[in-house]
Amino acid sequence: MSIDLKTIKHISKLSRISVDEKRAEKLADDLNSIFEFIEKLNELKTDDVKPLTSIAETTLKFRSDEIKSKNIREQIIKNSPEDNEDYFVVPKVIE
Amino acid sequence: MSDITKQSLTELVENIKNKKLSSTDVTKAFIQRSEKSSELNAYITDDFTSALDKAKKFDQNPNLDLKLPGIPMAVKDLFCTKNVKTTAGSKILNNFVPTYESTVTENIWNEGAILMGKLNCDEFAMGSSNETSHFGNVQNPIDKNLVPGGSSGGSASAVAGQLTPITIGTDTGGSIRQPASFTGIVGLKPTYGSCSRYGIVAFASSLDQAGPMAQNVKDCALLQEVISTYDPKDSTSINLKRNHYSKELTKNIKGKKIGIPKEYRVDGMPKEIEDLWQKGIQYAKDCGAETIDISLPHTSYALPTYYIVAPAEASSNLARYDGVKYGYRAKGENLIDMYEKTRSEGFGAEVQRRIMIGTYVLSSGYYDAYYLKAQKVRKLIKNDFDEAYKKVDAILTPSTPSSAFKIGEKTNDPVSMYLNDIFTVPVNLAGLPGISIPAGHDTKGYPLGLQIIGRAFDEQNILNIAFAMEEKIDFKNKITDWWIK
Repeated sequence: MSIDLKTIKHISKLSRISVDEKRAEKLADDLNSIFEFIEKLNELKTDDVKPLTSIAETTLKFRSDEIKSKNIREQIIKNSPEDNEDYFVVPKVIE
Repeated sequence: MSDITKQSLTELVENIKNKKLSSTDVTKAFIQRSEKSSELNAYITDDFTSALDKAKKFDQNPNLDLKLPGIPMAVKDLFCTKNVKTTAGSKILNNFVPTYESTVTENIWNEGAILMGKLNCDEFAMGSSNETSHFGNVQNPIDKNLVPGGSSGGSASAVAGQLTPITIGTDTGGSIRQPASFTGIVGLKPTYGSCSRYGIVAFASSLDQAGPMAQNVKDCALLQEVISTYDPKDSTSINLKRNHYSKELTKNIKGKKIGIPKEYRVDGMPKEIEDLWQKGIQYAKDCGAETIDISLPHTSYALPTYYIVAPAEASSNLARYDGVKYGYRAKGENLIDMYEKTRSEGFGAEVQRRIMIGTYVLSSGYYDAYYLKAQKVRKLIKNDFDEAYKKVDAILTPSTPSSAFKIGEKTNDPVSMYLNDIFTVPVNLAGLPGISIPAGHDTKGYPLGLQIIGRAFDEQNILNIAFAMEEKIDFKNKITDWWIK
């Protein structure tokens, strides 16, 4: 298997990380050497193996839907990259 | 007392409790040494002024019943600390000041300790040498231009260099144990579910665990006792009664069965690592333990499994960094352009690489071939350990396949960098506890570690084995203070 530039462009789109041509080539090289290493798993027959989905082997607990922190709007907005008292500001989405 | 920073945590606690030292004395000493140690680059953010204020306040009305009374402590910059910048070693969190505290650090402050600052680490804990940090690489106190290991490299450097009496790191694939081994200190990766993940910047949620990094096993046991609590805020936190690890610590390990897995004898492993392992086996026997040859047949598949599971979880966890709610934001022509530029400029090369791997293995058409396959092999790896623990109480292996390497030596070859974690990764995949203790030096005089792996929630047992072996090994770290002018 080999990851080509077209695939890199596709993954970069899915990852929402813009990548220029030069970076794309380097990434293709890196990913190919990593996947070559990962392919080792194909030596194993795993048809009858159940996948491990939870390491602790416990069922997740439900908790009651209670509000524990009140009036924290200021705290939530505090780290927002663009200042606004009430909302997060993003570039215009709808023309 | 001029040698305050040379004292262990246990000694400092005792001296503060006996009023031979005040919190101010101790805090001042560690701050002064930290200030003289900027060349190590162990800190990303210091909080010295506020630490000294807190120490003075503690001394005015000291509560000496606490477990860490007035002890100053710097922590890995992956733990959210209220009102103190938390970067995870990344440009994308360069300006992030949490409005809440992680449970693990909260537990530490509740026992009387005082935050001194935030320690350098690989970006989002992705790295084995601390070279992926946006804030520059960290020097190993053992020798100039030597990596301290990673991702908890700043933490390891700060403990070995006596900039902090003790610290906490996080371990997803070896990030506590490998740097502990590279710097000649003790590092414990607890059982998955032992320490709360609440407030820790997430990397791979099914593998991440916080744990102590200390000068000796007793200090390590004390901090583990403080940080390991059940926390309803972490849905994978396990509600089990924990031991009083430091009180119950014993060197009596007579009759304990310790497994020696043949698969850890890997190709190309330096002879000095094999020799160290053999010495370790002899030490364990000298302590009264019995060693038994065992097999963990799927060991060689652990690293490829990890490099599917960890990036997959990381790609999902790191989707939150979009420049909208917090962190770095790049200018974009529209929303999507803003996302793409923010993430391209905000993440470093290794983090981007792992997000890409994770996105690929989870993408349509590849999920079964990679992610599902890896989850199945992960099960086989866990089964190996379950089988082994029918015969033995613990497992002894080297911590790393080599000693610390030079800065820049492995940065161009991701796979050779990943191989550093060959002995530590299986433990994370199986959710088990593992401890690295310093056990010897290589021919260059660099420290080497041995790893003891336990059953889930059997921290007390591996701490006891480590405690007994520590006495026999009698390791002395060779710290020359070369970085202090």
